[in-house]
Amino acid sequence: MEWIRQRLDKFKEPFGKGKKLEKYAPAINALDTFLFTPNHTTKTGAHIRDGVDLKRTMITVVLALIPALIFGMWNGGYQYLHQLPEYADGVPFMDAFIEGAIKIVPMIVVSYAIGLGIEFAFAIFRGHEVNEGYLVTGLLIPMVMPIDIPLWMVGVSVVFSVIIGKEAFGGTGMNILNPALTARAFAFFAYPTYMSGNTVWVHNASEIDGVSGETILGKLASGTEVPYNTMDMFSGLIPGSISETSTICILAGALLLILTKVGSWRIIVSGFAGAAVMALIFNSLPSLGIEGNDLTNFPWYNHLVIGGLAFGVVFMATDPVSAAQTMKGKWIYGFLIGFFAIMIRIFNPAYPEGIMLAILLMNVFAPVIDHYVVQGNVKKRKKRLATVKEVKTA
Amino acid sequence: MEYLNLFVRSIFIENMIFAYFLGMCSYLAVSKTVNTAVGLGAAVIFVLTVTVPINFLLDQYLLSPGALQWLSPEYADVDLSFLSFIMFIAVIASMVQLVEMIVEKFAPALYGALGIFLPLIAVNCAILGGSLFMQQKNFGGIGEAVTYGFGSGIGWFLAIIAIAAIREKITYSNVPAPLKGLGITFIITGLMAIGFMSFMGIKL
Repeated sequence: MEWIRQRLDKFKEPFGKGKKLEKYAPAINALDTFLFTPNHTTKTGAHIRDGVDLKRTMITVVLALIPALIFGMWNGGYQYLHQLPEYADGVPFMDAFIEGAIKIVPMIVVSYAIGLGIEFAFAIFRGHEVNEGYLVTGLLIPMVMPIDIPLWMVGVSVVFSVIIGKEAFGGTGMNILNPALTARAFAFFAYPTYMSGNTVWVHNASEIDGVSGETILGKLASGTEVPYNTMDMFSGLIPGSISETSTICILAGALLLILTKVGSWRIIVSGFAGAAVMALIFNSLPSLGIEGNDLTNFPWYNHLVIGGLAFGVVFMATDPVSAAQTMKGKWIYGFLIGFFAIMIRIFNPAYPEGIMLAILLMNVFAPVIDHYVVQGNVKKRKKRLATVKEVKTA
Repeated sequence: MEYLNLFVRSIFIENMIFAYFLGMCSYLAVSKTVNTAVGLGAAVIFVLTVTVPINFLLDQYLLSPGALQWLSPEYADVDLSFLSFIMFIAVIASMVQLVEMIVEKFAPALYGALGIFLPLIAVNCAILGGSLFMQQKNFGGIGEAVTYGFGSGIGWFLAIIAIAAIREKITYSNVPAPLKGLGITFIITGLMAIGFMSFMGIKL
């Protein structure tokens, strides 16, 4: 360790104050603090005992994403291979994992290379330190894409979301929409044939006739039979975006986020509650004499574990920057996300899954929710103050 | 059910701001704080809810081709639709005058904050747009016109309070100097429109 430290210090020398490469100091500092904990200490005022900083928060989220990512790589290969006649009696774990990793690892590399490149460039031009927010965004973007999306599309979406969605507002912590979802929404509206339909969700499904790649929501919308049981949906052995399928792995990540208090449990709980309530309302339509369709009659507990709902609620809705900031606001925000997600699934024939747009919509309204929660609190306190004064004078 | 469908359509799917980008001038100018935005939004809701049905009646019984038939059959081929712009604007301007007097009387602080933008509602394209869309849509009755006007107003109101809250929030953001002010507001509006795409294609 000492040796690395010394080498790094020596390497950093020309980037110091007043030296000729000073302009590029943010780039080298980002590398330094990535390898070593920065030893900043407060010099005046209150001393904070726990050194939790943006870097540690972000690494926690990355750790929470790992189970879903590993599962996504394996499932990406498995969904394709198990339909081939060569693998009729079972798919070996490593075969499936390698098949998926070949598609997914390049996407992660592209996403990080382009995204971090832009972040470094902005940091150097604008003279601030490189922020760590992109560590999570860069991993989330490939995880919510279909497996066969061309790499250049991932690249263009990353450029759009980092420049327009984030750097235009001043970088990490200033954006109004979740950057990973901005990238996905951009790709969704710009290249719809690669982002939705029946053939994009399983590797090679658009090339080979014998391979089918319809998601459960696609099957429900078109009225065909769903060949999966609740356990398949819960464990994630279903086609879908790379990491969204396995609710078990996502819940493992959610547990880590909640225990470390990085993610808000209020948003996660209320998000699932909102979706469950909306799905229950539609489930009860037949008892009111209204005939539903396959989507409305789909049991509510299944609605919670299919599609991207769990992934979105756990990893996207809890984004501390674009979510509501107040406690009460978080309940309302989460609930409406779940509510709108199911509503879009059922009412909107244009989109089979609604969680992405539901989160973006609530990102837009989160500041309004916060504003009214704060105003309500101010009003309540003024009222309390008035009664206290009354009691004192009486 | 039909009214509900029309109502939801006019709020979200055919949102004046995010689908047609109408009424942008006051939307951009008065959205610096939530409180003034709420005031202007409420004024727009009121004006739209009142003017669209009035203009609907005018259109139905005065302006559209053959509308004067109720007077006597000899007017069956009279077409006054060339007058619709001027009539609509006259109705809108008088309604705005009414709103202005009400606001000045009951909320002088808001009157001061809205400034020139309150009388300018008269030439707000969202308002005239509401009446002209009404003319195109061939509504079956006055109920539909009221629903449409009210829904469009609510849609505009939601848009302006959402952007006002966002603009209050990004006051402390380190926005690049060339984008400060209107530039970033246009970018925000575009990003908000992506969120509103969630309702595109909904049928109730």
